[in-house]
Amino acid sequence: MVTLSEAQVEAKFEQLAAKPTLSKRLWEFCRKQPLGAAGAAVVLVMIFMAVFADYITHFDPVKNDLANMLTAPDETYILGTDQFGRDAFTRIVYGARTALLVGFVSAFAGATIGLVLGVASAYFGGRFDLLFQRVMDVVMAFPLIILALAVVATLGTGVQNVIVAITIPFIARSARVVRSNALAIREIPYIDAARALGYSHTRIILRHMAPNVMAPYLIILTASLGQAILLEAALSYLGLGVQEPIPSWGLMLQGGAEEFAETAPWIAIWPGVAISLAVFGFNLFGDALRDILDPKLRAR
Amino acid sequence: MKVIFSKLAVATVVGAGLALAAGGVANAAEMPKRGGILTYLNPAEIPSYDAHRETTFGVVHPLGPMYSLLIRVNPDNPQSATDFTCDLCEGKVPSPTDGGKTFTFKIRKGIKFQSGAPLTAHDIVATYKKIMWPPDGIPSSRKAFYRMVDTLTAPDDFTVVFKLKWPSGAFIPALAAPFNWIYSKADLDKHGLNWHTKNVNGTGPFLFVQDQQGSFTEGKRNPNYHHMGLDGKPQPYLDGIKAIVATKLAVRVQAIRGDRAAIEFRGFPPAHRDELVKALGKDITVQESDWNCALFFTPNHESKPFDDARVRRALTLTLDRWSGSQYLSKIAIVKTVGGVVFPNHPFAATKAELTKLAGYGEDAKANLAEAKRLLKEAGISTLKVNFVNRGVDQPYKVVGTWGIDQWKKAGIDATQQVLPTPAFYDTLRKTKKFDIAIDFNCQSVINPIADITKFLGTSGANNGNYKDQPLEDIYAKIEKSGDETEQRKLIRDYEKRALSDEAHMLLTLWWYKINPHRSYVKGWKIAPSHYLNQQLDNIWLDK
Repeated sequence: MVTLSEAQVEAKFEQLAAKPTLSKRLWEFCRKQPLGAAGAAVVLVMIFMAVFADYITHFDPVKNDLANMLTAPDETYILGTDQFGRDAFTRIVYGARTALLVGFVSAFAGATIGLVLGVASAYFGGRFDLLFQRVMDVVMAFPLIILALAVVATLGTGVQNVIVAITIPFIARSARVVRSNALAIREIPYIDAARALGYSHTRIILRHMAPNVMAPYLIILTASLGQAILLEAALSYLGLGVQEPIPSWGLMLQGGAEEFAETAPWIAIWPGVAISLAVFGFNLFGDALRDILDPKLRAR
Repeated sequence: MKVIFSKLAVATVVGAGLALAAGGVANAAEMPKRGGILTYLNPAEIPSYDAHRETTFGVVHPLGPMYSLLIRVNPDNPQSATDFTCDLCEGKVPSPTDGGKTFTFKIRKGIKFQSGAPLTAHDIVATYKKIMWPPDGIPSSRKAFYRMVDTLTAPDDFTVVFKLKWPSGAFIPALAAPFNWIYSKADLDKHGLNWHTKNVNGTGPFLFVQDQQGSFTEGKRNPNYHHMGLDGKPQPYLDGIKAIVATKLAVRVQAIRGDRAAIEFRGFPPAHRDELVKALGKDITVQESDWNCALFFTPNHESKPFDDARVRRALTLTLDRWSGSQYLSKIAIVKTVGGVVFPNHPFAATKAELTKLAGYGEDAKANLAEAKRLLKEAGISTLKVNFVNRGVDQPYKVVGTWGIDQWKKAGIDATQQVLPTPAFYDTLRKTKKFDIAIDFNCQSVINPIADITKFLGTSGANNGNYKDQPLEDIYAKIEKSGDETEQRKLIRDYEKRALSDEAHMLLTLWWYKINPHRSYVKGWKIAPSHYLNQQLDNIWLDK
């Protein structure tokens, strides 16, 4: 029989309790969630393109070069040029900026405002909850794109308005999901304890309830990112989103892409591929995140 | 010798026979066939049925065939700016009497409205009074064209007399506007002046059958139509027409490609022409023409610093029109570099005259340097522009994107705000919240004296929010001058002030009309306007 000293036992416990390194955790993530890892890779590539666009390509994404209009892909223009002679690769790289800007800002704003409202709704309950949820019902009754279209039609086009248009429908979705989790948390005694201590509603909602609904919040945030990118592309495609000459994948699919679909198909193909990959990547990553963060799914 | 003569005689007879036969074949080939329904595409919905108040082809294309005009552009020679023929009047278009101030029209007899009521001179007088002098609350988009008209009377049932205040070469072209549908006086008296916004009762080649808003409009042959066909029988040759609403360009192209429709009368961009020609070969016929539409960037003079002529001149100087024409004509429905007058008209500026205007010189680098100098002189280092555009690709968004790129070369940073058509007009006419807006001047009959009113600050169609009395004074002289040489010279002064010295509006390029249509559509000839030659009475189907 092997006997261990107190110090050895302590060391053994420390070893067992030690957190795995980042690389090890990443490896575990890739091993357990290969599709999620692939999604994360796509997202990382997109972020890299958005951040380092100025270094990736030497072409100007907005400057016309009419002498080279509709050039087929070659060694100079690897994805060809559009009807204004602009390099398609360059516009896709810079388009990642627009997609991520709109995607991140609107998904973050929508999910976060939804988080606060959802928790507040659950916390206050009663008439406020009833009324607020009916308002959410009304908002959610409209398909995402229809609601976004209505908001853009009211506010007008442009990056800022597109962000607002996408944020509003996300608020309702986030608030509904978060509220259902917050309802359970509200019943836990520590909330009563916080009330008994005289904490303000704001403090209870933000400091004691909100942190406990982070898992659904993060899941809805990542799921919304892909949707937001798709919505931005859809609105821009319909001519209601980002406007020329700002590079945007949805915008690249509009106008010239339709008009020159037969003679210069590359105008439509590459932005289409970019949108598909980005949405696919964010969705895979979001699903993997959900699997990790949801205790029920994690146990499987 | 006798043999030679007999051979010559035989050869002559044979040659003459062959020539006659060939002529006969040619005639047979050109002889219209009767029957069939012409299905065509209408790229816009019908805002109302009353063409007097409307300005869009959206109403002329589907409903124009149900109405007649007093006079019209010759359907067999629609490219001419001076060839007008009688529609409801008899014989030739009358020459003026009384020193050019009186026009007397004799009206055809035996014409009936779709309701069955006979047409008389009183109907024409009532119609033109509605057009020229509408009562308050009744819109008439072209009433300004008739400022020279003093009185209009019908001395008997089949005579109409226009008396002018001064002789004007602009009168007859204005009279032939394709929006001047003749209404029944009885309808106007009985139902009021708004009745025609929702009802159709004309004397055109086709009778109104139905209109499904946003979907299609149908007409059937009018058996009592008053024009005779080449075969000696009354026109029209077609049994009926069906105008299908298709607002998306791609849908219209595919409809023609798939033979769901035979023609679209507005115009396609060059890429679609090429696509259809490549796909359909001899089954597609293409007609092309300069287009009586000019596209502008209009600075808002009420928005600083666009109240400064130097800034506006800088803006126009940055536009490299000659290079723009070369390249944009490959991707958009614009082509011709021109001044205020339709490029093919005798009143239009020559290239030598054009190149004297700001922004029309062929040395783009020199133009750009001058633009930068003017901006510096105006004390502007960075200029941010809120550029409002119309949410229609061709040619607005294409040319708008080009313009933004051109301005950028002079350090002018324009942000484009694309608005749907109703919001676009609201911004231009009501809120006026723009620095520069896309703008256009699309006219029907080529009538320079009337067409150039667009540049007058007092014109209802001007969106620049400015007043320029010297320009108004030049126009007044143009309007009242009876001498064409003098008019042409005055127009040059007008052009220089409007486009160059004051640069009130930045004229980009004139439109270019391309109409690919199924080759079995015969008889229709392209006009320099998408409003013209749309009665369709001379169209037939070679099927």
